[in-house]
Amino acid sequence: MCVLLDVQGLSKRFSGVRAVQDVSFTVPEGAIFAVIGPNGAGKTTLFNMIAGALAPDEGTIRFAGERIDGVTPDEACRRGIGRTFQMVRPFPALTVEENVVVGALLRAADVGKAKIAAAEVIERLDLDAKRHQKASSLTLPDRKRLEVARALATKPKLLLLDETMAGLRPTETDRMVAILRELNRETGLTILLIEHVMRAVMALASRILVLHHGAPIAEGSPNEVVRNPAVLSSYLGAEAL
Amino acid sequence: MIAALLDGVPRRVLALLAVVLALLLAAPFIANDYLLTVLILILYFAYTGQAWNIMFGFAGQLSLGHAIFVGLGGYAAAALYVHFGIAPWVGLAGAIALAAACGALIGFLAFRFGVAGVYFAILTIAFAEFARIGFDHFNWVGGSAGLFLPVANYARNDLWNLRGNPAMFYYVMLALTVAAFLLSHVLLRSRIGYCWLAIREDEQAARALGIDTFRYKMVAVVISAAMTSVAGVFFAFYYNNLFPEQVFHISRSIELILAPIIGGVGTLFGPIIGAFLLTSLAEGLREVMTAFGFDAPGAKQVFYGICLLVVVILVPDGVWPPLARALRLTTRRES
Repeated sequence: MCVLLDVQGLSKRFSGVRAVQDVSFTVPEGAIFAVIGPNGAGKTTLFNMIAGALAPDEGTIRFAGERIDGVTPDEACRRGIGRTFQMVRPFPALTVEENVVVGALLRAADVGKAKIAAAEVIERLDLDAKRHQKASSLTLPDRKRLEVARALATKPKLLLLDETMAGLRPTETDRMVAILRELNRETGLTILLIEHVMRAVMALASRILVLHHGAPIAEGSPNEVVRNPAVLSSYLGAEAL
Repeated sequence: MIAALLDGVPRRVLALLAVVLALLLAAPFIANDYLLTVLILILYFAYTGQAWNIMFGFAGQLSLGHAIFVGLGGYAAAALYVHFGIAPWVGLAGAIALAAACGALIGFLAFRFGVAGVYFAILTIAFAEFARIGFDHFNWVGGSAGLFLPVANYARNDLWNLRGNPAMFYYVMLALTVAAFLLSHVLLRSRIGYCWLAIREDEQAARALGIDTFRYKMVAVVISAAMTSVAGVFFAFYYNNLFPEQVFHISRSIELILAPIIGGVGTLFGPIIGAFLLTSLAEGLREVMTAFGFDAPGAKQVFYGICLLVVVILVPDGVWPPLARALRLTTRRES
């Protein structure tokens, strides 16, 4: 499998605080790759650099063979990186359908075609019954799925999910996991996720990177990572097993 | 083309629009001169409100200095007419170009350097003030003494030179208002409209969906400025005089945005309903006061203030959204 995302020696400081230091990893096409770590480990900063929201101080990001470090967020999206936000931010006054149409317009020739594309995504994310509801009236699990739908509508090659499971009940988490798995299996979509909910990480990820204080402390398959002593002491603790 | 315009619009809305339009078309045959001037004022505020609404109601960029575009449009066309005898319909091109360029400059400065929200609004006020002071000293167009268009009693209406009786001005303003309404309707349903709403709702999220927010915000400012300048040309040829202290004054900018705020920001009918309510009530109030022998300068401004307070407290989204729900006229995009 060829490499879709190649991150090398990435670092970012915020006035003296090293948020991310010397992080390197590669995500092969079609993989589900998870980044885990305690709060403040630099996961979202790493994410924001890949999505173009922050420019790295050092290091390179290659996406589909091309350098994308320092591009703008809209350019990153146009190149094929879709993202969700840790704090969900759907367009509140727009309906579910309109939210997804905005995403679909990126690849659609006109509004009519975007509506057709949006309808498919809405169905896949189980939002059909709520398509004419305003986003502001949705429950948190629905809003989270709407964010995924909106990002998917841009037809990304790589989907970045920032704590999509946080705040969901176990049944909702399982529903989201099932949707993401199906997406990955059926469309070959590559997924990079930041997650605290180990239940979801273990069910989804084929490979996990663990960050602590901005630096990588372990990388490997889920089973390797949860048995790694450094990971246990700094993040998971004995209870995770 | 027409089918595309009507597509998805509820029949009740179309019926209502047809009735309103028929009444407006018949108005000059029914109304006396005074009523006609009130109607012209209503249409003027509906038109400018619609233009401002594109920038704030759709794209979320608050302008509190929109009088600058009225003034630039008016001055450009009037100066071309007075100095070179160029007809206003030709001068309109110059007016639009000047206002659009000014809008592009404001937009570029703000959006390139991250001036947003309240600070953007202040920037628009600053530009309107620059223009007011600048034109006060711009002697080619009369400076602070004002620019006057030649006035005479016209035997017949000269539409080409916009010289004639109120009925002609009324129909011109009606055509402009209808055109602005249709343009807003088309824009709102197009790619551009979706992108504007996304930017209004959450600019960062819009960027994450691949939207070039700088470009779309620039387009909103330029379209809004260009549309507003057309009202300025009308203003100049209708009133036949322009004073920097009046046209560029901040109270003019505020006056422009009252109709859409009262009617409903971001809605297509809001500016029209707002203009109708505000202007007709304010004029009615003045009539009543005159009838009872009161003469209180500034009563209109106090009345506007009261209207704003009432709307903000009772219907913060404006009059139109609840009214549309009550009449079951909502289209989905406007609910």
